[in-house]
Amino acid sequence: MSHDSPARRLAPLALAALFALPLGALAKGTLVYCSEGSPEGFQPQFFTTGTTFDAASVPMYNRLVEFEIGTTNIVPALAESWTISPDSKTYTFKLRKGVKFHSNANFKPTRDFNADDVLFSWNRMADDNHPFHKLTAGQTFSYYEDMGMKNIVDKVVKVDDYTVRFELKRPEAPFLADMAMDFASILSQEYFETMLKKGTPNAADVYPIGTGPFEFVAYQKDATIRYKAFDKYWGGRPKIDNLVYSITRDATARYAKLKTGECQVMAFPKPADLAEMQKDPQIEVQQKEGLNIGYIAFNVEKKPFDDKRVRQALNMAIDKAAILKAVYQGNGQVAKNPIPPILWSYNNAIKDYPYDPAKAKELLSQAGHPGGFELELWYLPVTRPYNPDGKRMAEMIQADWEKIGVKTKLITYEWAEYRKRSKGGEHSVIMFGWSGDNGDPDNFFVPLLGCEAVKGGGNAARWCNKPFEDLIIKAAQTPKQADRAKLYEQAQVIFKEEAPWITLAHSIRFDPVRKEVKGYKMDATAHHYFNKADLAPLP
Amino acid sequence: MLAFILRRAALVIPTFIGVTLLAFALIHLIPGDPVENLSGERGMDPARRERLLHEFGLDRPLPVQYGGYIGEVLRGDLGTSLTTHERVLDEFLTLFPATIELAFFAMFFAVGLGLPAGILAALKRNTVADYAVMGVSLTGYSMPIFWWALLLILFFSVQLGWTPVSGRISVEYDVPAATGFMLIDTLKAGDWRALRSAASHLILPSIALGTIPLAVIARMTRSAMLEVLREDYVRTARAKGLPRWRVILVHALRNALIPVITVIGLQVGLLLSGAILTETIFSWPGVGNWLVHGVQSRDYPVVQGGILLIATIVISVNLIVDLLYGVVNPRIRHG
Repeated sequence: MSHDSPARRLAPLALAALFALPLGALAKGTLVYCSEGSPEGFQPQFFTTGTTFDAASVPMYNRLVEFEIGTTNIVPALAESWTISPDSKTYTFKLRKGVKFHSNANFKPTRDFNADDVLFSWNRMADDNHPFHKLTAGQTFSYYEDMGMKNIVDKVVKVDDYTVRFELKRPEAPFLADMAMDFASILSQEYFETMLKKGTPNAADVYPIGTGPFEFVAYQKDATIRYKAFDKYWGGRPKIDNLVYSITRDATARYAKLKTGECQVMAFPKPADLAEMQKDPQIEVQQKEGLNIGYIAFNVEKKPFDDKRVRQALNMAIDKAAILKAVYQGNGQVAKNPIPPILWSYNNAIKDYPYDPAKAKELLSQAGHPGGFELELWYLPVTRPYNPDGKRMAEMIQADWEKIGVKTKLITYEWAEYRKRSKGGEHSVIMFGWSGDNGDPDNFFVPLLGCEAVKGGGNAARWCNKPFEDLIIKAAQTPKQADRAKLYEQAQVIFKEEAPWITLAHSIRFDPVRKEVKGYKMDATAHHYFNKADLAPLP
Repeated sequence: MLAFILRRAALVIPTFIGVTLLAFALIHLIPGDPVENLSGERGMDPARRERLLHEFGLDRPLPVQYGGYIGEVLRGDLGTSLTTHERVLDEFLTLFPATIELAFFAMFFAVGLGLPAGILAALKRNTVADYAVMGVSLTGYSMPIFWWALLLILFFSVQLGWTPVSGRISVEYDVPAATGFMLIDTLKAGDWRALRSAASHLILPSIALGTIPLAVIARMTRSAMLEVLREDYVRTARAKGLPRWRVILVHALRNALIPVITVIGLQVGLLLSGAILTETIFSWPGVGNWLVHGVQSRDYPVVQGGILLIATIVISVNLIVDLLYGVVNPRIRHG
């Protein structure tokens, strides 16, 4: 290369100078979060996905009570205190005074948050004849409905400006945890009425006004969401001035942006990238036990899975440790109960079925299948937080069962189809899982193993066991947590003995965060909170 | 001429029916269910499911749904997204400028490099330069966009730090969307640093998206040039003693360009479809990204409307090109 002119050699440098990223030029106090997708909207009552909650209810709204960040403990939020009647049917909340709502170009609040806002937010979902119930075509209050709230809450009463009373139709101890969920976010009644007067009521559902730590600034579809710190936030102004969600669907691109400093926190890393991330001196990989369970359910309405011995035998024939290693690559822990260990009432005294193919064969013989049998195993067609690779897992299980003479045919469907068919009970053995959305054990037991859930289809084992059902119903109606915990512990004993599932794993979640971010803490329910986060100056 | 225009325009009608039918049938045929997608593992009460199916009109027989859909389309209504509840046309119009901007620069890159490379290869036939151009363009043509894009990011953004990883502009700039074209908007706002940021964000996606058209154009130019260079009029021009550059650029290239331009026109459709992958990797907020998400969530109105709009644009471009041919070349008009 003798004809390499100086200009030619300098060209890459010039290009670099021209387009060099102004890395340090980001406005001080701006935290950029590489999120995994676009929110469906910013109204927490309408939607069900974590992506939308992360963009709406988490930064901009509050609930009466909330989960302490990082735990499932319930702490005061818009309600300063609460009392629960001895029969668990009446919940009275004392509301916080001096809580301000956000403002925008079309709305300047004239009053603080009070009981009217609680009644408005709730009745809007509950009352079909409420003037704001049906504002947008096709809009539904999914979570409210799917949680069966219509059958739980009878009415909400305003006692005075700062006291509200929820009167329930039946005793319901998990109700307090329900009130900490995203769908129970509190909206401003004054805002909706103002927008109605202006002739654009829909705008109130599109441009969010809440009481949360961040105010909405702008949304560029599929690109960025901008928030600014809310100076008058009742919980203290966030330390960062601006929060930006940079929507980056591809996990590899998210990681690249984290590396180059284009964002400081990223959502949902690829398991394969974790080892490299952990070696990067610029990145801290935070981790937290997931509030989840991956399992295999036996449809007990079908033969031979109606026989407990068969279910136990199939439990014993699986080498869970090997599966954990291969499928979760060490990012999970073996599950022995239907609830994860971070949830209160977890019964640690329970012994899991040992990996014992010989004993499994013996049990199968006792059940009248000495030569084994054939079965169809449905495996997950998608990656889920509780199971990174359903197919690989199914193949390993298939090999394990082969050893005790059980021939396994692997089957799967498109994800929505999979759920639809399983709800109809078409499967005999199915791989499934669950991520808890509130920190109450009821949130696992009732939707996954309760008798009602057989009808709804959430109980994939279609297992309805009277003693178990009595315990979990009683637990839901018992006010004191310590008493409830005892009941759930007993229920777990029955569950293990009856073996309607093979409990497989609780996965671990990861949030890679750049080192300059201080005070960021992972949440227990997979949300991403930034109101306590701060940015240290770059060295 | 009028008869020709009418004849060509009449062909648009069956094409339109074909496209709507295909988009409708395909998205309804693939398994999945938009209502089921509204709830996660929690599932949905069967009664509520029925109610929602009814509300969305999805409980009607497919031919009835299709008829209803066509009726609405003819009235100019493309429906509302099942997930965001926003009008499909509004969402499309918000995102389309980003796609156009990217396609334009990808084409700019492809033509800007492909044309000279093709000419060079033709002139230096059977030399190292020719083999290099053809080899590189064959590699470019067979490169999976997804992999190529990631490679570009890892090398230029992560390793060298020359270009940003993804997005349209650095998050520090909040440029009001006046036209939707980021370069024009930043110019209008008079913010030079924002303009520079927007331009730097265009580099990698344009290269990724423009690589295949670049390869096609380079190869097409080479073969067209080779053919033309053998023509008598080129020899005559040379014999007249015209300068070499004049023979190449004026006599040869102008004639070689006709098939090349046809190919460039065909690449427009390819650019719009290739944009789907490029947009996903580079978090480019365009219609490709939007359509992928629409398919994943089985958002029927978004998929049907999006495909229809893109098809309409491609059909219109083709119609205009056909009409222009007719103007330029009377043989086509009367043929």
